[in-house]
Amino acid sequence: MNIDLKISAEALAVQPCIDWAMSAESGGVDVFIGTVRNSTKGRKVVRLEFETYESMALNEMRKIADDILMKWPVNKILIHHRIGVLVPGDIPVIIVVAAAHRAAAFEACRYAIDTFKQTVPIWKKEVFEDGEHWVAAHP
Amino acid sequence: MNILAFGAVKEILGDTSITVSLDNNERVGILITRLETQFPQLKQLSSFMIAVNGEYANADTIIKQGDEVAIIPPVSGG
Repeated sequence: MNIDLKISAEALAVQPCIDWAMSAESGGVDVFIGTVRNSTKGRKVVRLEFETYESMALNEMRKIADDILMKWPVNKILIHHRIGVLVPGDIPVIIVVAAAHRAAAFEACRYAIDTFKQTVPIWKKEVFEDGEHWVAAHP
Repeated sequence: MNILAFGAVKEILGDTSITVSLDNNERVGILITRLETQFPQLKQLSSFMIAVNGEYANADTIIKQGDEVAIIPPVSGG
């Protein structure tokens, strides 16, 4: 299989993702690791709460992976996202793209995370010491 | 018809799903009008989309009996 998609309530591990993607046919492996930041606009973040519409989210993730395989000469694409309660330093998302040459790997990885943030139905609530809000939900 | 609610929508409506009366083969545009009338709190959102059977729908998408319909507030994964 050249596509690996997962939504998980468990902690994500980076190394197994890289091991899955690496092979002698891929001269470049690009890895994006999203990490929970400890502050937003100067406010200290206590935790993030992620939830998803899982069947649709996996459907949209599949579209991103299929698009990438059509647009770039890429050998393997992995997208894992965690849901539930995460604290600063935790990893909500890992994207790995393996390609024969680095340009395709870099471009496809960038496309994957940028598109993911626009289309995949996953939502995060930021919880601060003095309040909370669903990110991007309100004007 | 049962409509799924997630994230900010779930919080605004106070439930993981809501019920809206809708004829068979009605369009998404009609559903949106009905939702905004029945749940004016939805105007607190910067925007929202409707998904039918796990796909983003547009105003002309037809909703049939048994379809899975969801309100999708602005996504914020990653």
